[in-house]
Amino acid sequence: MAEAKAERVPGFATLSIHAGARPDPTTGARATPIYQTTSYVFDDVDHAAALFGLQTFGNIYTRIGNPTCAVLEERVAALEGGTAGVAVASGHAAQVLVMHALMRPGDEFIASKKLYGGSINQFNHAFKNFGWNVVWADPDDIASFERAVSSKTRAIFIESIANPGGVITDIEAVAQIAHKAGVPLIVDNTLATPYFCRPIDFGADIVVHSLTKFLGGHGNSIGGIIVDAGTFNWSRDRKYPMLCEPRPEYHGIILHETFGNFAFAIACRVLGLRDMGPALSPFNAFLILTGIETLPLRMQRHSDNAIAVAEWLSRHPKVAWVSCPGLPGDKYYKLAQKYVPRGIGAVFTFGLKGGYEAGVKVVSNVKLFSHLANIGDTRSLIIHPASTTHRQLSDAQKIEAGAGPDVVRLSIGLEDKEDIIADLEQALETA
Amino acid sequence: MNHDDYPDSYIRGILNTVKTIAMVGFSPKEVRPSYFVFKYLLERGYHVTPVNPGQAGRQVLGQTIYASLSDIPHPIDMVDIFRSADQALPIVREALMLKPRPQVIWMQLTIRNDEAARLAEEAGLKVVMNRCPKIEYGRLSSEISWIGVNSRTLTSKRARILGTGVQRMGLAHATMQGGATEAALRAAKRRNKEG
Repeated sequence: MAEAKAERVPGFATLSIHAGARPDPTTGARATPIYQTTSYVFDDVDHAAALFGLQTFGNIYTRIGNPTCAVLEERVAALEGGTAGVAVASGHAAQVLVMHALMRPGDEFIASKKLYGGSINQFNHAFKNFGWNVVWADPDDIASFERAVSSKTRAIFIESIANPGGVITDIEAVAQIAHKAGVPLIVDNTLATPYFCRPIDFGADIVVHSLTKFLGGHGNSIGGIIVDAGTFNWSRDRKYPMLCEPRPEYHGIILHETFGNFAFAIACRVLGLRDMGPALSPFNAFLILTGIETLPLRMQRHSDNAIAVAEWLSRHPKVAWVSCPGLPGDKYYKLAQKYVPRGIGAVFTFGLKGGYEAGVKVVSNVKLFSHLANIGDTRSLIIHPASTTHRQLSDAQKIEAGAGPDVVRLSIGLEDKEDIIADLEQALETA
Repeated sequence: MNHDDYPDSYIRGILNTVKTIAMVGFSPKEVRPSYFVFKYLLERGYHVTPVNPGQAGRQVLGQTIYASLSDIPHPIDMVDIFRSADQALPIVREALMLKPRPQVIWMQLTIRNDEAARLAEEAGLKVVMNRCPKIEYGRLSSEISWIGVNSRTLTSKRARILGTGVQRMGLAHATMQGGATEAALRAAKRRNKEG
């Protein structure tokens, strides 16, 4: 019998444009239509029942799924090498839905202490209120993750490139610990994007993003996404009842058995999105999709610009230190070569010899950089994390997270790098 | 055939050619996966015959349940196995005795029996293992994309509406290979080795 020939897998740039998208069957429209609709008609009562019972694929209600959002979900899943995606209202919402599918009150999860301040707050406060208990570990001491494992551990959470200071986490090493403990590894890949790093290739079981940042890329839409790697065996140890027990919400369906390697995404959608409702606006999904089409071009330019700016800063007499994993002397340079060989994204931090006051002067006197709380925009951005994104942390926690009082965080944009440097230069003169 | 990873052309060829499917290990319980697949394929124009000795003689969605493959009075193109992997060999042997012979043996998710596959392939049948025809149809028709699943296809062609109803798509449009899910394939391979 003749062997059917395997087709080549398209490249990243091709997938960035085409994955998930297809001409509209009714109109032939080539660009993804914005399905600005809350609901969808059923063929008949039987069709409605089949949809509600998960027996047929389709659209019921935009809280649970929307055709524009679906294109985005497939797009990001394909780029990450995952089996399915679930688009949600924000990166924070993505994290809530992931944990909702994995944790019960009293359970624990291990998290790297080098994280975006918003995630640290969410874990220490909101999740604690649900009885989902975080146990902190240090990505610079991988054994600390293993020491943190207990019989209550249900997940491990890290960032591939950590906010704010360009920390690179050894994903493979943490994945090994997670899998030995029988729990999935969740990786927030927001700062890297799949262009620089695909955590699933290194053992991640679940990937989350704030679409608000580099994937959308233009600072215009808040969004989040969960990507299922399709790798974790949810039924093995009976630790995850949402996935391996008959669900009362659906007359006893067992999600892992029914949906196989995209069961986790289905759980996030039909148990999480359905019952908690952080749906992504179809219009936001459209804008984010448009941004993703140029992801490879934008990310390479972000990184090339960022490294040029970091190098320039490292030679400036008023700069005390620069934390950028793209610089050869950097603590994380070697890990960066392994996990993000093409580039390090746009975000890094630096500190001034004049300390806190000098930092404040620089942040106040830039004219091209925008002083705001965001990263991953076409525009260059600047902020002082200690008084903003990491404000609610204790002083010790701030320093641990890389957001001490003298730290200035940059998210380098796509402007001409000479202009970016010139703006920093004139602002530094006032420091 | 590499049973870890099937080319889309192979799966599409099967789904486009088979017309009658016998579902061995069918459960009439509406929440069971076999019922899901049964209903879905019926709605897309396949003739699906359920097989379950304990339910023989009953009717479900207009189809009669038979006690065994050999009891089915009409020709079968494809045998879709919902039983455990250790049942696959006797089922394939029974399938090979049918006249006319089926062309395809299909084993559902997590069901893999390489010995049964070899027996069927040596007799000239096509074999698919650890896959679900509902999921594969969903992928290739683009229906599964509605729920954010990576269809692993790209296309610049319109999917064809099946004609019956609002949300049913056909398989007739051409697709090319899309984004791969290497990690999921590796995990499935590992699980298969571990048994």
